[in-house]
Amino acid sequence: MTVQAQTPQEPSHVSRRAFIKVVIASGAAVSASAYLFRAPTLLGQSSLPGAVERLMTLNVNGQMRRVDVLKQETLATTLRYKLGLTGTKLGCDRSECGACTVLIDDVPHYSCSILTHTVRSQKILTVEGLESANGTLHPVQQAVVDEQGFQCAFCMSGFIMATVGYLKANPNPTRAELAHGISGNLCRCMDYDKILRSMTRAAEYMQRAT
Amino acid sequence: MAIIHDVMPVFELFQPTTVDDTLALLETYKKDAWVLAGGLDTFDWLKDRNKRRKVVVDLSGVEELRGVKTTADGGIEIGAATTLTNLVKHPFVKEKYPILTQAAELVASPQIRNQGTVGGNVSQDTRCWYYRSGWSCYRAGGNICYADTPTAINREHALFDANRCVAVNPSDTAPALIALDAKMVIRSSDGERVVDAEDYFIGPSIDIMRMTVLRPGELLTAIRVPATWAGAEFYFEKVRERQVWDFPLVNVAATLKVANGTIEGSRIVVNAVAARPMRLTSVEDAVAGKPRNEETATMAGELAVQGARPLAHNGYKIPLMRNLVKRAIRGEAQA
Repeated sequence: MTVQAQTPQEPSHVSRRAFIKVVIASGAAVSASAYLFRAPTLLGQSSLPGAVERLMTLNVNGQMRRVDVLKQETLATTLRYKLGLTGTKLGCDRSECGACTVLIDDVPHYSCSILTHTVRSQKILTVEGLESANGTLHPVQQAVVDEQGFQCAFCMSGFIMATVGYLKANPNPTRAELAHGISGNLCRCMDYDKILRSMTRAAEYMQRAT
Repeated sequence: MAIIHDVMPVFELFQPTTVDDTLALLETYKKDAWVLAGGLDTFDWLKDRNKRRKVVVDLSGVEELRGVKTTADGGIEIGAATTLTNLVKHPFVKEKYPILTQAAELVASPQIRNQGTVGGNVSQDTRCWYYRSGWSCYRAGGNICYADTPTAINREHALFDANRCVAVNPSDTAPALIALDAKMVIRSSDGERVVDAEDYFIGPSIDIMRMTVLRPGELLTAIRVPATWAGAEFYFEKVRERQVWDFPLVNVAATLKVANGTIEGSRIVVNAVAARPMRLTSVEDAVAGKPRNEETATMAGELAVQGARPLAHNGYKIPLMRNLVKRAIRGEAQA
């Protein structure tokens, strides 16, 4: 703007004082326009289609949580650092290890590799949301406790969520099918045998419960 | 390079709900815009700070890009943002084009298939680890190929058609789609163009910085699979070091029409041996009219690897590719 005003076409007509006034006035108009255009943005009718509002309501573990989300923020970051749900772990942060697995509309996803804005209208389930209101553990959690399925257990919540998601799709898997179904998760303690034993027992518990 | 676990650098995000709005955004921002589908390729680039865009256009809200439709000619049209899982689960695809189901099911891990899209799988960038680590190689605009130096580790790299860059195309669905003679539907604000799947991919001699014919402002909206090869004999095999997650060392996709033990026609495609999926037309011509037997299979395998130029560490890909093509012609059950 300053550059435009200083173009040398008619320098004699614009005094220094008048020029400063114009700059201040137009600056005020520009900043006021933000308020003028704010209302339609909130109604989802911004000038550019698909523009995104940072404040959102996220459905996490059955609760509606108001949260301010950066446009470049991943779901794992929002869950851990904005909503305090640190049961979801961040391992590789590159969709390789599976520690950040959560269910989005009952389907397992790597929460490190999806934007929170992408899932604004979907149901998110983390490991914190598995137990029932009276504190009874989810069958998969109970099976892990009973089988002592993990060593360090950093990968555990990811494995549990992947199993919960997989068992929804295939409630009666063989051990090999289960291994394939939760193959998107890594355990650096190499505890796979115990993990698979836990998860096979989890499938039994789930069937008994229904 | 150290792995950065911090939040990605800032970008402006758009979540359009129609293809028209998407194209308008891509037209407005051109080279500043990055198309985000599943994000499995995207986020590595953005998180590692190796590529950066001012604007990210997220396709997750564009309903018309999702789903598999049957077309009037008996083929199918796959929306580019259909997830791999939804493609795998589709009963009609499984019945008529099981090669596509197989290829999609062998991609990466369950979570990645739940999110990754077909359009993303075919349009993804190469996985050359020098390039993806942010080295300023030819493909990144520099003037050296780090994967082709005397000390380079290049086990995963190209056997064919290398031109300065020796990276390969890592897609599993791409060779299956080429074997089915699929057509890629590309839209921009100027209109629509349809290219053969085979011509969708480009090598470094055409443009060293792109993997596909997509130009800024263009969007792959759908993939049409004609009925031509529906119900033909199919073969797909992927060899990788880990039986999950991993990219192919070599994969092969073949469609064959066989009558009375004679191969009447075929399309044979191998990927991860060049910067683009390689259709082996010389092999197709050679096996046409031949009986489907061991002799033909052996001949096809030998012919397939003619002209291969191995690098220091990827010589093993030659027998691997030879045997995969051989098995494709034999059509034996997969191990």
